[in-house]
Amino acid sequence: METPENTDQQQPKNVEPFDARKANRRTFISSLTLLAGGAFAYWGWDQLYHAPKETAADATAGARAPLRKVLDMNGELAERVVSPDHLSKTYPKAMAAKKPRVNGKIGLNNKAIEDWKLTVYKSTSENISLTLEEIKKLPKTEFAFEFKCVEGWSQISHWGGVKFSDFIKHYNLTEQAAMAYVGLNTPDKKYYIGIDMPSALHPQTLLCYEVSGQPLPPEHGAPLRLIIPTKYGIKNLKQIGNIFFSNERPPDYWAELGYDYFSGL
Amino acid sequence: MKYIVNKHPTAIRWFHWINFPLLAIMIWSGLLIYWAYDPYAIKLFGHTFFKFFPEWFYQKYHIKRRLAEGMAFHFVFMWLFAINGLLYVLYTAISGEWRYLLPKKSSWREAWLVLLHDLHLRKTAPPQNKYNAAQRIAYTAVIVMGAGSLITGLAIYKPAQLYWLVWLCGGYKTARLIHFTLTILYCLFFVIHIVQVLLAGWQNFISMVRGFEVTDASTAKIIVKRDNEDGNA
Repeated sequence: METPENTDQQQPKNVEPFDARKANRRTFISSLTLLAGGAFAYWGWDQLYHAPKETAADATAGARAPLRKVLDMNGELAERVVSPDHLSKTYPKAMAAKKPRVNGKIGLNNKAIEDWKLTVYKSTSENISLTLEEIKKLPKTEFAFEFKCVEGWSQISHWGGVKFSDFIKHYNLTEQAAMAYVGLNTPDKKYYIGIDMPSALHPQTLLCYEVSGQPLPPEHGAPLRLIIPTKYGIKNLKQIGNIFFSNERPPDYWAELGYDYFSGL
Repeated sequence: MKYIVNKHPTAIRWFHWINFPLLAIMIWSGLLIYWAYDPYAIKLFGHTFFKFFPEWFYQKYHIKRRLAEGMAFHFVFMWLFAINGLLYVLYTAISGEWRYLLPKKSSWREAWLVLLHDLHLRKTAPPQNKYNAAQRIAYTAVIVMGAGSLITGLAIYKPAQLYWLVWLCGGYKTARLIHFTLTILYCLFFVIHIVQVLLAGWQNFISMVRGFEVTDASTAKIIVKRDNEDGNA
């Protein structure tokens, strides 16, 4: 009888004579492993899918607790990668949209524009109050970049304002900027965000008062908004009323609705 | 006399079966994300042939208004999906399994003959080892696609920090389109894969579970011969 062994070639390791007991045992063990593994995976998925939402004690809410843990770890990892040298690509002004897209008006109030002032809390007891004219006296930075919304769309738009890092230096806030986070909110405090300090001090982060070369219209957050190209649009707060500093994560509107706190790009 | 032919190493079976639910979760959570901005469609001469995705699809699978949830799952399971994929590539490279998987020079021509044979337009299929020419191409292509998903995914995930990856992908918008297209291709791969597994029969399927096929002497002999020719003895 012809068998693989009596060919002139050497028998390879992957062929062996049929042994019913051995074959049955291997079939049994493998099948059982796959079924048990499948059942375990299903159980694990079921546990995760129905995992309790995180407790709302922290600055975040709305996500399944185990997922939030990983999201925060991702954020910590990404924060370490944030570098003043990693710039969002800029474009010629001519490439910018003439009418940049407006998406969301939470916390916007036309009445608040008239007698607007920016309040910067140096500590719980000390704050400074600034008018737009004062802020405009600082060096102006402008650029066009691809604004990115968490929804997935993006658009090149042109913005002008004061670098947040210049603002910090000019108003002697370096001590405050040594803290881990900066918090910003609208005058009515209905929209509020927290930004990690490396991202806030990134050279492209602007306290912005111009879009497409014109003063900000109300729907884009007049008179002063945040433009932070290293974050999704949800962190680009419109109509800034208050700025404060903290070592704890400041409350964040979208992070309380299940979104990533870091939301960095 | 019958023979046991060991076909799939244990490691490859683990990678394969672990990848299946991971990829499923990535595709599902990806859909939750895609819904929030769903501009893609197949258009030709101004006529829309198919919109990704029709309203009924979103309704039926409860895709709508779950962006935050989708992102949370996507950015957790991306780690597992990537690690499993990288370990698979590492394993095939080190173990030598890549010899069965990478297309050979002849594979490109032979794949065509395999296709004709599968479609019953040709009586004989070209001789093959563990995988035929079409399989070699398909199983390598899907790994290249996986790498593509990781690269475009990273480009969309951190476009400012990984600006050079965005450049490599042809821009942020293009990266998102490629990322999406690859997902559709996985689904097509899956459909063809399932059909082929069903057609190939029980022995082939169970070998992905238990690792071996049971064959008669003549088949085993052919395997021995080819294995030696391929330098895998």
